[in-house]
Amino acid sequence: MNGRIIEIHNLSKYYGKARGVTDVSFEVEPGEFFGFIGPNGAGKSTTIRVLMGLIKASSGEARLFGLDVWADRPATLTRLGYLPSEINFYKNQSVEDVLKLAARLHSSNCGPETDSLCERLKLDRKQQVADLSLGNRKKLGIVAALQHKPELIVMDEPTSGLDPLMQHEFFSILKERNAAGATVFLSSHILSEVQTHCRRAAIIREGALVACDDVGNLLKTSARSITVRGVFNPEGIKGCSNIQKNGDSVHFLYDGDIRMLLGVLSQAELEDISIVEPNLEDIFMHYYK
Amino acid sequence: MFRQLLQHELRQSVKSFSIWTLCIAGFVAMCIFMFPSMKGQMDKVGEMFASMGGFSAAFGLDRLNFGRMIGFYATECGNILGLGAALFAALLGVNSLSKEENDHTAEFLLTLPVSRPAVIGAKLLSMIIQIVALNVVCTLVSMASIGAIGESVEWKCLLLLNLSYLLVHIELGCIGIAVSAFSTRSNAGIGIAIAVALYFLNIVANISPDAKPLKYLTPFAFAEGADIIANVSLDATLVAIGMTLALVSTILAFVKYSNKDIRA
Repeated sequence: MNGRIIEIHNLSKYYGKARGVTDVSFEVEPGEFFGFIGPNGAGKSTTIRVLMGLIKASSGEARLFGLDVWADRPATLTRLGYLPSEINFYKNQSVEDVLKLAARLHSSNCGPETDSLCERLKLDRKQQVADLSLGNRKKLGIVAALQHKPELIVMDEPTSGLDPLMQHEFFSILKERNAAGATVFLSSHILSEVQTHCRRAAIIREGALVACDDVGNLLKTSARSITVRGVFNPEGIKGCSNIQKNGDSVHFLYDGDIRMLLGVLSQAELEDISIVEPNLEDIFMHYYK
Repeated sequence: MFRQLLQHELRQSVKSFSIWTLCIAGFVAMCIFMFPSMKGQMDKVGEMFASMGGFSAAFGLDRLNFGRMIGFYATECGNILGLGAALFAALLGVNSLSKEENDHTAEFLLTLPVSRPAVIGAKLLSMIIQIVALNVVCTLVSMASIGAIGESVEWKCLLLLNLSYLLVHIELGCIGIAVSAFSTRSNAGIGIAIAVALYFLNIVANISPDAKPLKYLTPFAFAEGADIIANVSLDATLVAIGMTLALVSTILAFVKYSNKDIRA
């Protein structure tokens, strides 16, 4: 398929006077496994809910498959599968009823695919929605979002409530779908998830996009993540940021002349030191400071 | 897509619909079966009821003949079916759209490939089907009960009475849907308040000639038993005003909900 799957240009959304997101722009290409990172309340869900046509953008443009997310509903919705961060279903229905309703409204007969997903995620179809635990509700949401084999998979904090084994199975399924050509858009505040699975990612903070790049490039920085044990206080040293003290050790990011830092460090009474490339967690803190 | 949505809506409503219909039809039948034992005393009761001044006027008792089946039906059953099912219709309306947000199911339903107008349309049609079905069941139960006690009534009057109740219920349901489109919560209180307030508005309009114009505001005015029995017809002006209000409410609901930001 030609063209971009997701296009967002200068998107702003205000709730009355309260900020949702301001001036967000990014694009997602077909077949990408794209991460969308930010802490709670940064605007991840707002952005996604604009894309899903649930809320109307205050200004700017948002398109899916080249179609306007607001004006061209439900044409956009037929081609995607969406898992909201907090999903609820009709309390008087069974798991089976929910899946059938979703399949019928997608005008799709998802039989074998649904069977396979339920089996892999160990979802009991006879259970009543009212009796589902958070984890099982998530699983139902995942199956409902994936059973019709959408071109675009949008997951908003999908792993909360899933145990590690299920998370592993869930990401295997996403990878398979991605390998088969589906575009995956994964919103998360769990950085290791994004670092492990996504090729590209956007970082959002207080409603504004602060970075959007290959995960490799986001990690590529001259800054180093430094942990020292002993008597040392990096405060006041130029280039040190993100200082976290933990017992007798100090962790910080350093972006500057490494010889200068080593000079200072050599004067200190240190027991141990590690200097490594920052992980996404550090980068994240760097963007968030 | 629309058919699936409608099926979904109807399935969701089966239980509450059955309970309401059973209760209202049951009470209507019970009332009718009480008629023979009350009939003898009714002449005196009727006189008494008719001579309570404003109170009699309020409920149209001064113009209704209690001793006749149709008069009895219009008062007793009219209140049970007219007001009882009005509460049902108003509740159905005021919660129809907002319950999806109140129960947090909107995020699921509205991100399936459905258009907002289709969702509203399905909810509206589901509501109207339930209101019509409830009224048809109650009308049939009334007719069967009247037959069972060996009474006969002016059937045209009875059908007109029931038609008027049906129209009241549809109007209330449509007003309810408009309220529902603007809300994100369960509005049971508002629903009951609307139905009861409009009911009392009619009573006030009956009591005082000065308050007569209030009749144009409430659908209960065209369901006034005394008028329908006397004229053997519905007041076309009042009905037209009511149905216009219902239509405007429905349009308002479509416009509002199609452009609404859905709460998470």
